[in-house]
This record gives sequence, C-alpha cells and structure tokens, in this order.
Amino acid sequence: MLNNEIIKQKLTEKFPDQLTDWCEPYGMLTFTAPAPLNLKVLQFLYDDAELRFQFLTDLQAVHYPDSKGAELAVVYHLHNLVDNVRIRFKVFVDIEKPDVYSATALYRSANHMERETFDFYGVNFVGHPNLIRILNVEEMDYFPMRKQYPVEDQSRIDKDDEMFGRG
Amino acid sequence: MATNFEKVVSLARKNSIWPLPFATSCCGIEFMATAASHYDLARFGAERMSFSPRQCDLLLVMGTIAKKMGPVLRQVYLQMAEPRWVVAVGACASSGGIFDTYSVLQGIDQVIPVDVYVPGCPPRPEAILDGFLKIQDLVNAEGLRRRHSDQYKELLAGYGIQ
Repeated sequence: MLNNEIIKQKLTEKFPDQLTDWCEPYGMLTFTAPAPLNLKVLQFLYDDAELRFQFLTDLQAVHYPDSKGAELAVVYHLHNLVDNVRIRFKVFVDIEKPDVYSATALYRSANHMERETFDFYGVNFVGHPNLIRILNVEEMDYFPMRKQYPVEDQSRIDKDDEMFGRG
Repeated sequence: MATNFEKVVSLARKNSIWPLPFATSCCGIEFMATAASHYDLARFGAERMSFSPRQCDLLLVMGTIAKKMGPVLRQVYLQMAEPRWVVAVGACASSGGIFDTYSVLQGIDQVIPVDVYVPGCPPRPEAILDGFLKIQDLVNAEGLRRRHSDQYKELLAGYGIQ
C-alpha cells in the first residue's frame, strides 16, 4: 500500500538533495522543489508505476512579501486516484522574475488554473498556450491578490465614500 | 384621471409595465418570491416578465454586478427601447454593498442611470413591491415629452449614451 514513507523514499532516490522542507501537516506529504525542476518532479510522479499521481487537484500561488527572492510560491496538489493518496509540493520564485514551467502538457486541467494564477498573482507560466486574464477585466494592469496593496485600496477612484459613511 | 391624452397614456403605461429581471444573486431569489403567487407582482400590471430587452420597460437589477458584468448590463440597457426605467434592487446594485473590493462595480449608477433604489440585503418582497410602486408613480407623473427634454438628454450624455 502506497504511503508517505514510500513516496518520500522514491522521490529522494530520484532527486537526491534537491527536494527540501518535508513535512506532513494533517498527514498530507508536503515538500519543496527548485522551480526549474517542477516539470521533472511532476513527470516522475505521473509516470512512476507505483506513484501514479495522475490527477491535478489544484494549482495556485501564495505571496510571501517578506521572503526576499522567493516571494511567490506555486503550490501543486496531486492525487493518486488508484490508491487514494494525496500530496502537495511547492516551488518558490522571485517576484521580479516569476517564471515557472507550465504543466499544461502533462495535465490539461492546468490550463485553466495557471491562467487564474497568472491573473491574480502574475506568475509567468512558460509554455502555457494562452496565458491571458481569465476572471478579471482585461484592462486590469495589476495582480490583485499580491499582498502589496493596503486592505482599503487607496488608488481606487470608483468608491463612493458617501455611501459608506466616510464622506 | 383620464381627461387628456397624456394622462391616458401615463395610465396605460404605469399599469402595463413589462419588467426585465436582471438577477445575479440573492436579491433575485427575493424577486422570485415577489413575482410568485404570495406577493403577486402581477397585481400591478407587471404580469409579463420578459427577457428580451427590446420589449421591456423596466430593468430590475438584482444582485452584485462585477466590473466584468458592467458592459453586459450596459448593453442590455442600451437594447431597451424608450421609455425605459431602472430599479437597483438591494445594497449591491445600489452601492456595491459589502463587496468593497477591486472586482465589484460600486453601484450600477456608475454605468447606467437609475430611477429607484431599493435598500436591503436582500430587500424583502414588500420592499421590492414598494420600489415598483415608486416606479409606477414616476411613470404616471412623467409627461410624454420628458424623454425629449434637454435635461434627460444631458443625463444620458453624462453616461456616454447616444
């Protein structure tokens, strides 16, 4: 039966000393990979006869404004549907150059989720067939989910303060 | 009541308003109750809901309008023939409501002119009926030529319409 120890062992054999930050919050195996290796790790997890992580449950980003040089994390949630085992792994990139290889060739569902992640965090998925905004208005010129904006956005001019008792 | 032509037309108009429900969220559910048998909007001559803007008189905007939805709402309004009226039902349509955020239009009056605002989150069916009666008063009091007035043209020009 596939368990976290076996997954971790297989991954460390294949990628010695490259995968870090192993942990198991709520029993879900989690680790960090170097950003240029993301596709290699995904492909290995997908192809290996025992691991078979062939379903991409979710893909999204997190912004850590305080960790310089690694502000943006892209998180992959994978599911082995045969053994019903889930894992999660992260890659970190510099917000100045947020290039991550696109997983669209491996998982077709990544197409939509990478567009969404680009839309809200500005992660540049290299190799994505159509990396444009998907949920926000086309003319938006910033990435709204980055934590660089105050909770009440001072740049907005559409707010009618009279309506909110702040006039 | 019906002593001259203008008053006859007003009377006919106010008692045969065809509403176009533009429902995007919970206010739309309240409107369904308003239109159903218990509150029965049909009592006021608004029996026929229509989803073809060209044949409608009253645009009922019920729910949050995201900025991406703004141009769609505006298009629907432009497709309606004059005379046309607009009700903003609920806090979101009136002011953006609780959605004080980058993606939500802060009141539909930023893209189209509004005649009556119905407050509430969501408003009860009675409130929607009250708003509808206010519209009937407006329709009744409106002269035949109001829509040709400079003031009205100025209002529409303020929204970049026509």
